[in-house]
Amino acid sequence: MNRYLVWLLRYAWLLLLLLATPAMAQEGGRLVTDDEVNAIAKELYCPVCESTPLDVCETQACADWRELIHAKLAAGETRQEILAYFGENYGDRVLATPPARGLSLLLWVWPFVAFIGGALIFGRYMVNMRRAAAASENEKAMRETAVSYPIPPTKDPYIARIEQELKGE
Amino acid sequence: MMAEISAKKKLHIPSIAIWVVVLAVLGLAAFGLVRVNTARPEPGQRAPDFTMQFYEGYTWNGQSSASLADMRGNIVVLNFWASWCAPCRVEADLLEQSWRKYADQGVVFVGIAYSDVEPKALAYLREFNITYPNAPDLRTRIAEMYDITGVPETFFIDRNGVIYEFHFGPIDAARLTTVIERMLAEG
Amino acid sequence: MIADLGYFSLLFALLAAVYAVGAAWYGHKSHNERWLESARNATLITLPLTALSSALLITLLLTNDFSIQYVWRVSSIEQPTYLKVTALWGGQAGSLLFWNFLLAAFTAAAMAHKWDEQKPLMPYAIIVASFTQIFFLSLSAFVENPFARIAGGIIPANGNGLNPLLRHPGMIIHPPMLYLGFTGFTIPYTFAMAALISGRLDDTWIRTTRRWTLVAWLFLSLGLILGGRWAYDVLGWGGYWGWDPVENASLIPWLSGTAFLHSVMIQEKRQMFKWWNMFLIVITYLLVIYGTFIVRSGVISSVHSFAQSAVGPLFFGFIAVMALFSIYWITKRREDLKSEHTLASFLSREAAFLYNNFLFLAILAIVFLFTNYPIISELFTGERGFVGPPVYERALAPLFLLLLGLMGIAPLTMWYRTSLQRLGQAMVWPAVVATVTIVVLFFLEVRLWAALLGVWTITFSMVLTLVEFGKGTQARMRRGENFFTAFSNLMARSRRRYGGYWIHLGVLVMAYGVIGVELYQQETQRQLQAGEIVALGAYEVQFLNVMQRPGPDDLIITEAVLDVYKNGRLVATLTPRREIYTRTGQPMTIPDARSTFFEDFYVLLAEQPTSPTAVTLRLFLNPLINWVWAGGFIFVLGTLIAAWPDPVEDKITAVRARQRPAVALTGD
Repeated sequence: MNRYLVWLLRYAWLLLLLLATPAMAQEGGRLVTDDEVNAIAKELYCPVCESTPLDVCETQACADWRELIHAKLAAGETRQEILAYFGENYGDRVLATPPARGLSLLLWVWPFVAFIGGALIFGRYMVNMRRAAAASENEKAMRETAVSYPIPPTKDPYIARIEQELKGE
Repeated sequence: MMAEISAKKKLHIPSIAIWVVVLAVLGLAAFGLVRVNTARPEPGQRAPDFTMQFYEGYTWNGQSSASLADMRGNIVVLNFWASWCAPCRVEADLLEQSWRKYADQGVVFVGIAYSDVEPKALAYLREFNITYPNAPDLRTRIAEMYDITGVPETFFIDRNGVIYEFHFGPIDAARLTTVIERMLAEG
Repeated sequence: MIADLGYFSLLFALLAAVYAVGAAWYGHKSHNERWLESARNATLITLPLTALSSALLITLLLTNDFSIQYVWRVSSIEQPTYLKVTALWGGQAGSLLFWNFLLAAFTAAAMAHKWDEQKPLMPYAIIVASFTQIFFLSLSAFVENPFARIAGGIIPANGNGLNPLLRHPGMIIHPPMLYLGFTGFTIPYTFAMAALISGRLDDTWIRTTRRWTLVAWLFLSLGLILGGRWAYDVLGWGGYWGWDPVENASLIPWLSGTAFLHSVMIQEKRQMFKWWNMFLIVITYLLVIYGTFIVRSGVISSVHSFAQSAVGPLFFGFIAVMALFSIYWITKRREDLKSEHTLASFLSREAAFLYNNFLFLAILAIVFLFTNYPIISELFTGERGFVGPPVYERALAPLFLLLLGLMGIAPLTMWYRTSLQRLGQAMVWPAVVATVTIVVLFFLEVRLWAALLGVWTITFSMVLTLVEFGKGTQARMRRGENFFTAFSNLMARSRRRYGGYWIHLGVLVMAYGVIGVELYQQETQRQLQAGEIVALGAYEVQFLNVMQRPGPDDLIITEAVLDVYKNGRLVATLTPRREIYTRTGQPMTIPDARSTFFEDFYVLLAEQPTSPTAVTLRLFLNPLINWVWAGGFIFVLGTLIAAWPDPVEDKITAVRARQRPAVALTGD
């Protein structure tokens, strides 16, 4: 913030110059930088150029939108208000982050459902497998005290040797 | 008893889940495909209804908002435009002149600003002295209903709310007059 | 004449594929070996036929034959020769033909290579593979005919030229890589289906197709990485990945393919999860074609030009058939694929692979739903929806973090069980190193908790992975080899294992880069007059002037000349450009950057300059972006190590194949 102020002062004369251009002349208000406009434009996708964020979109329609953001910032509107305005006027699909209501709640809930649901399925499955292993191990444990790792039977000594090598010693 | 159990076992839940997911995805894809291939409403089809909140200073029948259905009984010339669209400027004057000419014969011109910003749109309307009702396309819904591919596009809707003609791109005087006269003649 | 020949060649390929299905079927029913061989030969012949067809289309492109609609659309007289050649995949019809060629190449190679080893599976493999070919060849022959003549009979004097966005070197190699990846997955899928249908459910299909899978996966990965690089270099938004449906379409099968490559090791080692592996490979293939479908039909990214073509509905039909057919067999053979699944411990290699699968599939589920959200929203609310990058990032970041941590720990685990004590001991030092790293970073002003957490995890896994290399090398050095011999022998002797670790290293390096760019990217945009200065971070840029000059073809280049100072010292002169191809009028924003090990200073012209002394600049400071590319390079190297033919391993496969005659249907 501090650094920002410093350069704001440093280039204040330039901003004054910019203010003289018609785009800046909106409603008087406060000074607005391109960076502030871009920060909001990043969150918007205009219907004219699909899946290109507003801050890089080249069309005139997008330039108009950026100008409107500029004017709204100059008029003192907040980021939230501006995004809400665009959502209401052009539909939620112009927002990078749709508002969490109605169907788009799905976008918030689904990651948890996917994670917890998946964890339950995999977890249950693994617990079952663990039980099966425990059952078969019990018998062995009666006979052997040391834990033994079953080794896959290989008849061919050649393979056994190569496989030993493949295991990386 | 045993038979019952084995019958139950046949209903393997993971398999069912897989089928459900696969069929759901296929269904979704089919829906998307139908949606994508839905062309714009063609002449002869009923014009999709919508409501609009006119720009400030614009009214129809003294109302600041109206729906297409309210206009039933009139011939409606529905024009999609935008202030950022150069070809729209070509036809703007013509549309306004025609509106003035035909207004008392039961012809309503309606302008819908597509993906436009209010200050620019209002400036455009002022620039061309446009007096017929104009409204923003709120939430881009009307454009989606009419499946427009760009602006300008013009739909001619008859007195019964059925699409009569469609024009792609800027319209010229000859075409506009011909279509309107023909619609008037046919009643 | 040439066009007719190309078209006929395409038709003959289609006929051959149809014949292959019939002959394989008949040969199988009548147990007639000769019919089967004939079917195989028909499959092989599709390769030269599609190759000829592609070569002829290239000839038409090179000879500027604008009576051909496709040539008119994607080429022009002035277009440089290499772009005329690559225009083969610059449009829908041509890329489908190219796709057919690649599909034929993979199919033919698999059939020729594995014929003797896999005879019992072959009839089914031929039928499945040829059916796929029939679909794509029909699309080319009847719907998107690249040899179609221009309507009206008037031959245009010049063509439109290739889409400027596709003229970048990254975009020239990117589609073939993706296509190779996509078509490559046909082979494992084909053999998996052959195993399912024939009931020969032992893991010969996995041994047969393992390398094919790895190769397909390599190309898919390459496609993703090059796509990112292309976006960074050409799209002009300072980023490399935008969670675009088109990008997701190739990421989604990559995720399930990666899950498969891991879980398949459990089957090889312990004969478990046979059904699961079948399921994963089938799903991967279905997702490959689903991804192609959503890109090409315009269902999600409504590219209007493709939307109205018949490709969409036909593709849908194909997907429906393939999905129902595959899932039918998958669920039908469920009982036969049952194997004794046991898990000795939750701290075992098997368990680690399962955690991996769980995470990959959770990520897949999320990306899949988000990608399809536009249609879901339209279905339920009537209004098209959109999901932007912030939503993806918030949902996926924790899962990726878990995955990065698992990547370090999993290689420590042993099959069957690992003692907690042993695991804990191995993790002490890496944890110390990681902690020291973030403490140092903290004092270097890195204060975002997300960045610190990310760096801790990545460093932890990085050290663990490096220790794995160290342990292996040391073990060899104890036997008297010097360091370099020991290290290279280690790679050579167990390629898959150490190739895998290289891949992990690559991912970890990329992850550092992603954290740098995502969390510490700085940017600013300013209008400047000649001589004025703008600062960003330690950099200052002085704008000198704007120059305009013609480029090759119909290109007009407008570039700004900028002096870049870092800490007051001149470090570079950058020339970001605006390019306009006058014929199509499409503008391109080509950034220029000063790349260093730690950061890119990346400059764009935010608007087309209208005066030689004024310009609007957009500056980005992208920390660690080059780590993303370096990590990508290591990643690809690792995949090559893992996929490289290994004579020792091949010998084992061959001996095993002889020892263990295929067991039919009973499973084990």
